[in-house]
Amino acid sequence: MRRGRVGLAAILPFLWLALFFAFPFLLVTKLSLSHTVLAIPPYAPQLDLSQGLAGLKVFLDGLDTTTYARLAQDRLYLDAYLSSLRIAAMAAVLLLLIGYPIAYGISRCPPGLRLALVMAVILPFWTSFLIRIYAWIAILKPAGILNAALAGLGLPPVDILNTETAVLLGLVYAYLPFMVLPLYAVLDRQDESLIEAAQDLGATPLAAFWRVTFPLSLPGAAAGALLCFIPMAGEFVIPDLLGGSETLMLGRVIWTEFFANRDWPAASAVAIVLLATLAVPILLFEREQGKVLS
Amino acid sequence: MRGWLKALGFAAAVTLAACGPKAPEDSAPQAGGTLRIYNWSDYIDPALLAQFTKETGIKVTYDTFDSNEVLETKVLQGNTGYDLVVPSNHNVPRYITAGAIAPLDKSQLPGLDKLSSATMLHMAPFDPGAKYAVPYMQGTIGIGYNEDAVAKRLPGVKVDSWAVVFDPANLAKLKDCGVYFLDASEDMYAVALNYLGKDPNSKLAADYKAATALLMKARPYVRKFHSSEYIEALANGDICVAVGYSGDVLQARSRAAEAKNKVKIAYAVPKEGSQVWFDVFTIPRDAPNPTAAHRFMAFMLRPEIIAKASNFTEYANANAAATALVDEALRNDPNVYPTRELSDRLFVTTTKDQALLRDVNRQWTKVLTGR
Repeated sequence: MRRGRVGLAAILPFLWLALFFAFPFLLVTKLSLSHTVLAIPPYAPQLDLSQGLAGLKVFLDGLDTTTYARLAQDRLYLDAYLSSLRIAAMAAVLLLLIGYPIAYGISRCPPGLRLALVMAVILPFWTSFLIRIYAWIAILKPAGILNAALAGLGLPPVDILNTETAVLLGLVYAYLPFMVLPLYAVLDRQDESLIEAAQDLGATPLAAFWRVTFPLSLPGAAAGALLCFIPMAGEFVIPDLLGGSETLMLGRVIWTEFFANRDWPAASAVAIVLLATLAVPILLFEREQGKVLS
Repeated sequence: MRGWLKALGFAAAVTLAACGPKAPEDSAPQAGGTLRIYNWSDYIDPALLAQFTKETGIKVTYDTFDSNEVLETKVLQGNTGYDLVVPSNHNVPRYITAGAIAPLDKSQLPGLDKLSSATMLHMAPFDPGAKYAVPYMQGTIGIGYNEDAVAKRLPGVKVDSWAVVFDPANLAKLKDCGVYFLDASEDMYAVALNYLGKDPNSKLAADYKAATALLMKARPYVRKFHSSEYIEALANGDICVAVGYSGDVLQARSRAAEAKNKVKIAYAVPKEGSQVWFDVFTIPRDAPNPTAAHRFMAFMLRPEIIAKASNFTEYANANAAATALVDEALRNDPNVYPTRELSDRLFVTTTKDQALLRDVNRQWTKVLTGR
C-alpha cells in the first residue's frame, strides 16, 4: 500500500518533466540541427513518418551542426552570453541586498501583520506585468515622474531610461517577490529559542543575528538568488522595453535570429546553449532545495 | 512546493526555447462569421471596422504588429488563423516563393480597376500580374522632427538632407533632445546606402560595410532604435528627431496638435532621395475565412471608404478614384501624395536572398549593440 503510493508520487514529476521539459527540449534540439528554407515552416528537413524508417533516415541525414559552428565563430554570441550572465548576476546581488531586510523584517512582525505583509509582496502580481514595466517607462523617461520629483527637490535631472541602469532597476523590481518569499519561508521557520539560547550565552542581538540567524538563512538566500538569476539571464521583455540598444542580452539575440533573420535553427541553437549554461545553476538550485527541506 | 519551484526554474529556462514549431497561441477554428486581420499598428480607422461589421455582419478580430519581420515569421509558421495580413512590397516575393499566400479571386473584388496605374506599375516586379496583393497604403521613409527644438540646436540648417541624421557633427548637437532610428535593418540600410551615393539595393558586401561604418558613427547619438515608439515620443516632445515612416510622423503631428502641447512636428523627405513602400492586403494560404477577407478587400476598394482610411492614417492610398475624396490638406501635402519632382527621388527596395539578409542583419546587430 505504502509502496504503491511512493511509486505514483515518483512517476508524476517525471511525467511532468517529460511533457513540459524533455519533449519541447527535443523539438528545439531538432530545430537547432536543421537549416532554413523559404517555406512553411521555414526550416528543413521535415520528419516524414509516412515512409516509416526510410523517412526517419532521410530526416536524420538532413540534420547537421553547422549552426553551432557559426555560433562558435561569431563573438557576438559569446558576448551576449557573458553580458546576460553579468546583468543577471548583478541583479541577483541587488535583490539579495534589498530582499533580505524585507524578508527579515516581515518574519519579525506579529503573525497577523506578517500575513498582510506577505500579501503586499504578492499583490503587484494582480496587475499585468507588462503594464507595470510600462509604468517604469513613464517614471524614468526624461520628462517623466522621477525627473519631475527631482526638479521639485531642486536636484538635477537623471537620464536613465534605455540604459543598463534602467534594466537592472526593472529586473530588481519585477523579481523582488521571488527573492523575498523563499527568504521569508526560511526565516519564518527559524526556531526563536535558538536566538534566546545565543543571548543567554552572552551574544549581543547583532552577534546573535550574524552567527545564528544569518547562517541558517543561507539556503533560502541561495534558493532565492537562483530562482531569480535563472529566468533573468534569459529575460527579454524588461531589457527590450527599458534597455537601450547597447544592452546586449540573449533574449534579444534569440529575437533577432527568429524574427529579423527568420533563422529558426540559429534561434534554437542559441536557446539550447543558454539552457546548457543554466543547467549548472539549476543543479545547484536543486541541491540547495534539498538542503532547505532536509 | 518542491515540484512547483522546480517547475518554475525549468519553465524559465525553457520559455524562450519552447517557442518552436508549436501551434500558435490562438489558432482556434473560425466560425463562419469572423474575419481575423493582422495589420500594422495605428493603421486603420476603428470606425471603418465597425462599419464593415454593420454592413456585412462579419465580426472583425484585429491584431497589430510593427515590423515586416514579425509578420513574416508568424505567417511562415503556418496556421496563424489570420484571414488577411498586410506585408510591404519588398517582402511579397518571399511569401509567394514560400507558398504562404493564396492567389486572389478577382471576381470577388469589384473596384480593382480603380487602383492607380502608377502604383500597380511599382508593384509589378513584386507581384507579377497582380495575382496576390491589393495595395492598401503607401508612404516614404524620412525625417520627422520637432521644429522648434531642431531650429534651436541647428540654427539656419534646413532639414532637407540625410546629413541631419547621419552626420555626427549635426547629431552631436541633437543628442540631448533625443534621436530615434527605425529598428528595421532593410529600411535603414536602403536609406544609408542611398545617402552614400550607392545603390540602395546593392548586393555588394563592401557597400554594406560602408553603410555600417556610417551608422556606427551615428549610433552613439541615437537614444533608441525602435519602429513605432517614436510616434508618441515625437508627439509628447520627448524626442526631437526620428527617422520614421511618413504617415507615422504625420500622426505624431496630429496628436501633438490635439494635445495642444505646443509641440510642432514636421516631416521631410531628404533631397538625396528615399524609399517609397507599399503595404498590401494578402490572404494567407491557410486562411480560415478567405471569403470574408475578399469582402473586406472589396469594402476597402470603395473610394469613399479608403479615403476615410487615409484621413485617419495620413498615408496616401492606392485608389485613384479616392484621391479627390481625401481631406484637402492631406491630398495637397507632398509628403503624403508626392509631387512629380519628389516621386523622381524615391526608390523601391527589392527582395534580398537569405544569405544577404543574414549578413545585413548581422551588421545591423553590430550597429545596434556597438560591437
